[in-house]
Amino acid sequence: MKILLALFYEFFKAGLFAVGGGLATLPFLYDIAARYDWLPVEMMPDMIAVSESTPGPIGINMATYAGFNAYGVLGGIVATCSLVLPSVIIIILISKFLNRFNENPLVKNAFTGLRPAVTGLIAAAGWQVFSLSILEFSLYEQTKSLLFLIDWKALGLFIILWVTERKFKGHPLFYIAGAAAAGILLGF
Amino acid sequence: MKELFRMFWAFFRIGGLTFGGGYAMLPMLQKEVVEKFGWATEEELMDYYAIGQCTPGIIAVNTATFIGYKKRGVPGAIFATAGVVFPSLVIITIIAAFIQNFAHIVYVQQAFAGIRVAVCMLILNAVIKLWKSGVKNIVGICIFAAAFLLTALLGISPIYLVIASALFGIFWGRAAEKKQNRNPKREEDKK
Repeated sequence: MKILLALFYEFFKAGLFAVGGGLATLPFLYDIAARYDWLPVEMMPDMIAVSESTPGPIGINMATYAGFNAYGVLGGIVATCSLVLPSVIIIILISKFLNRFNENPLVKNAFTGLRPAVTGLIAAAGWQVFSLSILEFSLYEQTKSLLFLIDWKALGLFIILWVTERKFKGHPLFYIAGAAAAGILLGF
Repeated sequence: MKELFRMFWAFFRIGGLTFGGGYAMLPMLQKEVVEKFGWATEEELMDYYAIGQCTPGIIAVNTATFIGYKKRGVPGAIFATAGVVFPSLVIITIIAAFIQNFAHIVYVQQAFAGIRVAVCMLILNAVIKLWKSGVKNIVGICIFAAAFLLTALLGISPIYLVIASALFGIFWGRAAEKKQNRNPKREEDKK
């Protein structure tokens, strides 16, 4: 019950403050993971991968995944509904009272500050995934050699994936499936 | 009541058939909401979508709530939103349960180690895209760097950074407007 209440409170806050769609929810999930033990940080990359390669909005997918892992089916439902609730309230209020909301100068000005900040927040979440999957802090601690700080196999795969994506674009699902195959074949 | 369920079903399809949300959802919304059911005109949909982007929360959910509310009031908003969310809830629950049960298998672990690398690449691309559309000048770069360092190194809650950056944008915009207004005023004073 305590976990359910925490899920409601935390995902409601995330829904209230995550601006910009897509991965904007991600920094909030990392923030939650840092404060509660029912959301392990190691799980986050799997959660992102599943959320990007299944249908539906990424933010909703991540909330369901995190909620399910914390408290089963009920946890998934509570997390998702809590994430959505602020949106529903805010949109109803806006369509009632504000006609040209997005052309309001105050809103426009706020977004000149918000956009770079949200980009920075998502980059920080990306850094977390990067350090978890490509850097080897534990090996570095043991050996104190910079050579062991980087997982070279992972870095190689990262560069290949990135160059391929730059060149051919294509759906994330394709790269996730390819990387999964590479992980098995190369024995990551 | 019939229309409420029709709304749920239409948004259920939109949620269940689009990958990635955000922009990926727009063509599907146009087909279902504008062409098939006529719940909104093309211009209205674009307006809702634009507002959905600058209000907190998931863009797809915001747009669904908007259309549902305009058409059928609060019940409409709830049915449309529930429709968009429902497929995710079912699909993700099944997959998460699957992963929980098979996570101990070595091949699954190796596959996810590979997938993590792909996730890095996807996030990097998302950041590049956002950078191109949102970071326009030196002030933007400073805000980006501050937000990145404060969360990555100090673990400051994103909530404070979102509030602070919005306020900063408002005051910075004000200051820029005042600066622009000051010059013509001085000329008036001289007269």
